Amino acid sequence: MIKVLKPGLLSSIQDLGRTGYQKFGVIASGAMDPFSHRMANLLSGNEENDSALEITMMGPTLTFEEDTLISICGGDLSPSINGQPIRTWRSIFVKKGSELKFGACKKGCRAYLAVSGGFSVPEVMNSRSTYLRAGIGGFKGRALKAGDVLETGKPSPQSLKMANYLSKQLHDKTLVENDWGIASKLIPETIGNPEIRITRGRQFDLFSHESRVQLFTHAFEVTAQSDRMGYRLKGSSLALSEHAEQISEAVNFGSIQVPPDGNPIVLLADRQTTGGYPKIGQVAAVDLPLLAQAKPGDALRFVEISNKEAQQLLIKRELKLKELKQGIFLKTRGVN
Amino acid sequence: MDYTVHPLGDNAILIELGNEISEDAHQKVQTLTAFLEKHSPDWMIEYIPAYTTVTIFYNPLEIYQLSDEELPFDYICSLIKPLMKKLGENKAMEARVVEIPVCYGGEFGPDLDYVAEHNGLTPDEVIDIHSSGSYLVYMIGFAPGFPFIGGMSEQIAAPRRDTPRLKIPERTVGIAGMQTGIYPIETPGGWQLIGRTPVKLFRPMDESPTLLKAGDKIKFKPISLEEYHYWEERD
Repeated sequence: MIKVLKPGLLSSIQDLGRTGYQKFGVIASGAMDPFSHRMANLLSGNEENDSALEITMMGPTLTFEEDTLISICGGDLSPSINGQPIRTWRSIFVKKGSELKFGACKKGCRAYLAVSGGFSVPEVMNSRSTYLRAGIGGFKGRALKAGDVLETGKPSPQSLKMANYLSKQLHDKTLVENDWGIASKLIPETIGNPEIRITRGRQFDLFSHESRVQLFTHAFEVTAQSDRMGYRLKGSSLALSEHAEQISEAVNFGSIQVPPDGNPIVLLADRQTTGGYPKIGQVAAVDLPLLAQAKPGDALRFVEISNKEAQQLLIKRELKLKELKQGIFLKTRGVN
Repeated sequence: MDYTVHPLGDNAILIELGNEISEDAHQKVQTLTAFLEKHSPDWMIEYIPAYTTVTIFYNPLEIYQLSDEELPFDYICSLIKPLMKKLGENKAMEARVVEIPVCYGGEFGPDLDYVAEHNGLTPDEVIDIHSSGSYLVYMIGFAPGFPFIGGMSEQIAAPRRDTPRLKIPERTVGIAGMQTGIYPIETPGGWQLIGRTPVKLFRPMDESPTLLKAGDKIKFKPISLEEYHYWEERD
């Protein structure tokens, strides 16, 4: 059981999204930075798709009412337990009664807190993700509030092994950090003003020559009007070479659409299922985690790659992740 | 069936079946989605139908491991080809007719008078025209269960509001340009509001979470305020 003392700016329970219902117009939701979400789960002995807490910019204050195995991955929001700074990208065994707090947003803007067994919230349409606007899924369909009490699910055998191993080193301390974590070379480097690789969108050729050039040569700032639905960008105004009405069609995580005002919007986890604005680009899936860690004020630069390269990069990373998963499993097996 | 394919990100393929909004393109979309529903290919995660396109999502890593070395997108294209051949040309499909009761005007339809005035009609004439039309749900999008409906009479067309309302209550029926629609959940929006239905369009706990689906025919039925409250309690 976990008690919420302070909710933070926007803390919501997410998994990897609500699949199978987009044909009904139900948005996918899910973690904004799926890579960090998956890692946090693996380090807690969970399945990659289990529910975790997505924490935005200013983190919550939580108390653990029982001994719990946790992991925090993603942006560095200065987490600490009973005042002692803790490391991210690592399994941590936390003693009953400890208080987890977050501080300055040092790197990125979204952190993922996974607890062994995941958060015990009902599945709605096959997912535990919070769909904020419709008020469904996650914890009562909303972001956390002070006073909420979160139940955790049944830990997997893998979680129990990890927890058992670490608990033996606890003695009279409040926490034990595992002596290994995710190697930094595997973690997408979260820096301000990132370069984001994109492919051409389906309506790329309908944009003026100037706009097509500016897309790859000018920087675009993430504005304050950005949320889980999409990042509204500001930079050069992009325009079609001649006015053309688009027929609404599906959009995807990372689709870059341009409304008539010329300011591009990158669609993210809470995007609508379909859109009628022309799409000038599409963020390569491999760079979505990097994008999701960009915060208002950051300037993005887009770099063009081919569809082929984008898929190859994704597969390369997924294969590495598979290896890593295997590695975590073997390391845990070895400890007992 | 003629089609073209396009990548939509690294995990989706968009299949285009026409280049303008028409009943013909809609029928093709319906034929393809009926096939996908029935056979649910094991490589498919989910699909999104629209006016002229169907987009299918897949897992690129699984496809990569299945296809050995080939680019997942290319492999998916090779799977789509025989599938599209099998579909043949337009098979007419039986449309489901869904009757939607609407309480027009009053507090539910604050813009009914505007729509009437804009078209030189009385509010009752607007109601008559709106409820006697035959409508087709081309696609679902924008919000859960939100139908993109075709077939509204030009006689009751009205431009969007200059300033969108911040909150439109769920189940409100509106008009924007040549379109009519129903808001399934509370949303901001610029439509002219003419009434409200007591029937829920979005039912997240039901097996089929939306009242309407693409391909449905809609009939609007005017009801009184008493009937509205009766229906609302029953639903």
